[in-house]
Amino acid sequence: MAKGGPRNPMPKLPPEVRIRSFDEVALGFSEEQAIDEAERCLDCKNKPCVSGCPVNIDIPGFIKLIREGDPVAAARVIKRTNALPAICGRVCPQKEQCEKVCVLSKKGEAVAIGALERFAADREAELGSSGEQFRPENPELSKYSVAVVGSGPAGLTAASDLARMGYSVTIFEALHKTGGVLRYGIPEFRLPRHILDREVEYVRSLGVKILTDVVIGKAVGVKDLLREGFEAVFIGTGAGTPKFLGIPGENLSGIYSGNEWLTRINLMRAHESDYATPIKVPKRACVIGAGNTAMDCARTALRLGAREVTIVYRRGRAEMPARAEEIENAEEEGVKFQLLTNPKRFLGDQRGAVRAIECLKMELGEPDESGRRRPIPVPGSEFQIECDIVIVALGQNPNPLIRMTTPELKTEPWGGIIIDPRTGMTSIPGVFAGGDVVTGEATVIAAMGAGKVAAAGINNFIREKHNLDR
Amino acid sequence: MASQKQSSQGLQWPADCKLANIEPEHLRNIIVRKERLAPTVTLVEVRAPLVARAAKPGQFVIVWPHEKSERIPLTISEHNTEAGTITLVFQEVGRTTIELGEMEVGDEIASVAGPLGTPTEIDFYGSVVVVAGGVGAAIALPVAKALKEAGNKLVFILGARQRSLVILEDRIREISDQLIITTDDGSYGRKGLVTEPLQELLAEEKIDFVFTAGPLPMMKAVAQVTKPYGIKTVASLDAIMIDGTGMCGGCRVTVGGKTLFTCVDGPDFDAHLVDWEELQARKAFYFEEERSQLSTLSDHQQLGGE
Ligand SMILES: Cc1cc2nc3c(=O)[nH]c(=O)nc-3n(C[C@H](O)[C@H](O)[C@H](O)COP(=O)(O)OP(=O)(O)OC[C@H]3O[C@@H](n4cnc5c(N)ncnc54)[C@H](O)[C@@H]3O)c2cc1C
Ligand SMILES: Cc1cc2nc3c(=O)[nH]c(=O)nc-3n(C[C@H](O)[C@H](O)[C@H](O)COP(=O)(O)OP(=O)(O)OC[C@H]3O[C@@H](n4cnc5c(N)ncnc54)[C@H](O)[C@@H]3O)c2cc1C
Ligand code: SF4
Ligand code: SF4
Ligand code: FES
Repeated sequence: MAKGGPRNPMPKLPPEVRIRSFDEVALGFSEEQAIDEAERCLDCKNKPCVSGCPVNIDIPGFIKLIREGDPVAAARVIKRTNALPAICGRVCPQKEQCEKVCVLSKKGEAVAIGALERFAADREAELGSSGEQFRPENPELSKYSVAVVGSGPAGLTAASDLARMGYSVTIFEALHKTGGVLRYGIPEFRLPRHILDREVEYVRSLGVKILTDVVIGKAVGVKDLLREGFEAVFIGTGAGTPKFLGIPGENLSGIYSGNEWLTRINLMRAHESDYATPIKVPKRACVIGAGNTAMDCARTALRLGAREVTIVYRRGRAEMPARAEEIENAEEEGVKFQLLTNPKRFLGDQRGAVRAIECLKMELGEPDESGRRRPIPVPGSEFQIECDIVIVALGQNPNPLIRMTTPELKTEPWGGIIIDPRTGMTSIPGVFAGGDVVTGEATVIAAMGAGKVAAAGINNFIREKHNLDR
Repeated sequence: MASQKQSSQGLQWPADCKLANIEPEHLRNIIVRKERLAPTVTLVEVRAPLVARAAKPGQFVIVWPHEKSERIPLTISEHNTEAGTITLVFQEVGRTTIELGEMEVGDEIASVAGPLGTPTEIDFYGSVVVVAGGVGAAIALPVAKALKEAGNKLVFILGARQRSLVILEDRIREISDQLIITTDDGSYGRKGLVTEPLQELLAEEKIDFVFTAGPLPMMKAVAQVTKPYGIKTVASLDAIMIDGTGMCGGCRVTVGGKTLFTCVDGPDFDAHLVDWEELQARKAFYFEEERSQLSTLSDHQQLGGE
């Protein structure tokens, strides 16, 4: 394939096959496809694509190695700045990031950077790493310990960067498994568990210690960590608390938050018969919202065996915030869309379980603060949608546990931790934060970028404190 | 890092070791003691050093016995900071509690996370009554103890279906100024429900505070009895949970018209404001699924292991 030629499409499982299992939908490039795609890259001198990647991967550099038939070396280049390439290659909103600023995107055909990143990472794993031993930059630093709270993408990235520098790092994770949203939120058909496990293992192989089942703020206070031998703390606890509509009937049984629905399945494996956690298989499920979480919930409901799954969203098609690719996947799989529709209240049966949603039709008015046209209810347009399961997927706010138990920590009124954006430091000296807990729900790669900024900030902080030269 | 004792139960928590130096092995949740308190009620003392250091009355842990289990909340009935252990008392009502009851001293529980929830508000109220039913005795014990230590006069009303289900009687008697036991069938103590002696107490003397833990219908009945007297009444709710950290919203309850999360805002709530019917419906939602889980257990297990 010539430079700048047409883009290779990602091979996918056909919809009728994929809705019967949790197998990964996107199959990844073959060797030939990858090399062909890599040949499209123009190897631009000023590398515009790199500025679109929050962790500044040397994109033309790794693509060149794929082109030359050395994906293992390509993976090494990526891992210099991104410890989780197989994950990012799968879930990054590339169209809004690196691929958006690729020079070829002007013709609507950006290089498939994410797919190539995934290819390099997966090939490296298949071929087995060639036994290259990890050596920290400065082993002297190992006498300084850093605590990382949360094992989502922000925490894993901060931890791996610090470990690479030479620090002793301990991750504290509240749940019994690592990964944060990567584990309990994003379903297996988008991010298989063995890929996540593999990349977490890689972080461990850098010497990072992971302690699960430790709820910071409850078992140990944030400031206590500074008295327990840690020089600095990074808070990467994410945005875990689900938002609800606050309308009548919302606590009827059968109404789940997106987090609860996905956690029961992804973390607790409720859909597998030998696992104890229960789940209701819906006949007709309604998912409220149209972000990534909503698409994941809807597609998961289909795979559980729901006869009908409908996304209920108060704005129009163009306003749906989920990744375009996932909306398309959901549609292909048979998810229905009830747009310009807003729930008014939930109706229950005599057992206190939901049986229908009363909705109002909406019209789009002037653009609001978010730049999207504001939905306005149409008076008297009430109608009912019958359903036995409702999943409210409206997004999440930061979890209150750390805020409630750390009064000195300055936060926004909506709960986000306030930091100095250059260093990641919070209002408490030595305590840093980043990821969704600072920005509210964002993206995996943005959380990783924040983890990197904080790791650099922590490095400077510790060096200054101990008068080490830089 | 000094004095690491290596024992048959894995690495012991090194007393003067800082958190920065501990290893995952130090936090392994090994069962060190097990007692059967009643035919279907078991006590286990389990190592959970970080939980034991921080536990306060009214708090709970989320327990995940093994890879295929559910995550279930259990109250920290007692804790021993020095030994780094906590005591859990549970009734074997379904798959996870039955499987937990089968574990023996030396076994490792895959995960014990906590202490979770907002501790009970302990204060000097004056005269307090603690009303507990069944395994609620274990939930109420740490709260009752703290109320007594705060200087309150403590009457403990302990109810059970029958004599064999009366648990922790000696521990409770030790800390109470008065202990009243009731059984449904009259096989021990007074015959009848806990609300009867409560009713009489309220009619006789001034009671300043009531705490209740146990089966939902009992807590609801207690709230109905104290309401006309305007006595502050707190119930420890047992909503269905997963994470216990405010992440899933599955444990939400309506209290005074507001939606709250049991695991973060509770488990204690003003019993006069709780929407009991809604809580009951939410708790019963998985009834069929829970029944079918039982069929995965052997006949022996279904009998509660006795
Ligand atoms: C369903 C869903 C789908 C998504 N899909 C995409 C996608 O396709 N692409 C994309 O880029 N983004 C996606 N996102 C967003 C993305 O997952 C998040 O922005 C990202 O995970 C944030 O990372 P984080 O490290 O800040 O937090 P999290 O991933 O939330 O991790 C936080 C971790 O901290 C732990 N924790 C919390 N409190 C404590 C405590 N007190 N003590 C110890 N540990 C604690 C949590 O258990 C968790 O493991 C999705 C989000 C959801 C919910
Ligand atoms: C804060 C809190 C503290 C508790 N403390 C104790 C205690 O000290 N001792 C004790 O015996 N019990 C306690 N419980 C109740 C205990 O969690 C349940 O009995 C247990 O989860 C049952 O699980 P199972 O699989 O054995 O039974 P199942 O057959 O699954 O369920 C039996 C009943 O238990 C309830 N239940 C099921 N799953 C859960 C869950 N994940 N979370 C909460 N409830 C559930 C349901 O109402 C169900 O009807 C507490 C509950 C809460 C919320
Ligand atoms: S990490 Fe994400 S943004 Fe960066 S190059 Fe990879 S796909 Fe693009
Ligand atoms: S902008 Fe596009 S074409 Fe240019 S180097 Fe980056 S990926 Fe290659
Ligand atoms: S148990 Fe999940 S929010 Fe309370």
